[in-house]
Amino acid sequence: MSIWLQILISLVQILFTASIILVTVAYLVYFERKISAWAQNRIGPNRVGPYGLLQPFADVLKLFFKEDIVPHAANKPIHTLAPILALVIALSTFAVIPIGPPIYIFDLKIPLVVADVNMGILYILALTSVGVYAITFSGWSSGSKYSLLGGIRSSAQMISYEISMGFSIAGVLIFSESLRPMEIVNSQAGFMWNAFVQPIGFITFVVAAFAETNRLPFDLPEAEPELVGGYHTEYSSMKFAAFFLAEYANMIIAAGLIVTLYLGGWQIPYIENLGLSYTLTTSLQILGFFVKMAAVLFFIIWVRWSLPRFRYDQLMNIGWKVMFPLSLLNLIWVAILVMLMN
Amino acid sequence: MNLYDFIFYFFAALTIVSAFFVVTTKNIIYAAFNLLLTFFGVAGIYVLLGADFLAIVQLIIYVGGILILMLFGVMLTNKITNVQIKTEASFVIPASIGVGLFAGVLIAILLKTEWRNSPADIPISTLVPIGKLLMEEWAFVFILLGVLLLIALIGAASIARKE
Repeated sequence: MSIWLQILISLVQILFTASIILVTVAYLVYFERKISAWAQNRIGPNRVGPYGLLQPFADVLKLFFKEDIVPHAANKPIHTLAPILALVIALSTFAVIPIGPPIYIFDLKIPLVVADVNMGILYILALTSVGVYAITFSGWSSGSKYSLLGGIRSSAQMISYEISMGFSIAGVLIFSESLRPMEIVNSQAGFMWNAFVQPIGFITFVVAAFAETNRLPFDLPEAEPELVGGYHTEYSSMKFAAFFLAEYANMIIAAGLIVTLYLGGWQIPYIENLGLSYTLTTSLQILGFFVKMAAVLFFIIWVRWSLPRFRYDQLMNIGWKVMFPLSLLNLIWVAILVMLMN
Repeated sequence: MNLYDFIFYFFAALTIVSAFFVVTTKNIIYAAFNLLLTFFGVAGIYVLLGADFLAIVQLIIYVGGILILMLFGVMLTNKITNVQIKTEASFVIPASIGVGLFAGVLIAILLKTEWRNSPADIPISTLVPIGKLLMEEWAFVFILLGVLLLIALIGAASIARKE
């Protein structure tokens, strides 16, 4: 295979993945509003298009036409850079999450993941740690105390929860004996989903994912009553939209990661025993991935509209004194399990 | 010049230019930001050389840990952004002697070394060999380092508890 063909295939994959994320983000916002309306016994958006289905496009258009304000006290270059950084990182993380088994077009084996790299999981950890910068920079460069407080809270929270996240992932890695997301998915064939094999690790990972994406009950960085808005208080127009997009893209990535690491990825248990054709099996598996992801996303939104927010000290206590020891416990459990199985 | 060279020179230029700005800028936040780019450039060169594990660890530890700690220190310190940082030349004579000596050593090494000149191998993942080495040959050192980290963790917790 020549290098140009490979580049072409990669470009198509990137285009495909990026458009999936952007469309999902648009409708995730719509569903968030609909589900919140349902949780609070309201109707929700229902004016733009049938059932309000065109609402996301109206929102984006509105943001486009808004005035872009840079505060006087802001540091202009970094103020502009922060939303770009947030969006770039959010969109590039999805590159290593496999959405299905490899497909064959004209005898070409095409993996359904943009970059099937050996370091997949470490790559995600590295990018999430770079993501902290977008928030720290935006908080600092806005020249406002609310933004700065939001930025610092957010980065402290993300750093604290990265530890229990890393240790939960370590449990998965011991089991799959690989850092490659494809092989992690393959190791969960049948009902050997990591969510069943290591339930403690599953819980600590999901909690850490909530904290990393700044979602309720861990949305301290944008606690409206205390901070006006959080790290993006001083942003307007498309710069604000970039943060908004990045946040929802991060939610999608968190859901994709939960599915890949703990819910068997694109695997449907025992589907290969049904004797279906390869094409049908593959399409069902890809569909399975998206159904699982949608279920996790629904869960994330559901939690947001059901639980109140933690206090800051409670958040840190849970992170360091509960989640961190629990993830260590999970690591020991997995080690014993692997030892017994060998 | 093929694609590989182009990518190499891109990362090399990124590293050198941003490292230059780290030293010369007067704004300490800009310095931190440029250091971020320097780390990125070095990580990119590691990937090109086939050291994938090193590249990712470089990002996780330096960018995700050390630099963010520095940024925290800078941001939480009162009014440090207004402090004038000296970037002009001082101690010119001792500095140039030191730098000259170091440059001489580097150039001598560059000229004396017999560089291996062979077509590049296709890089394979370094992850499994590194893991094997750490867990088999260097297991004792590895465990010792783990104990060291544990001590640091306990120390941090006990300092935090005293208040």
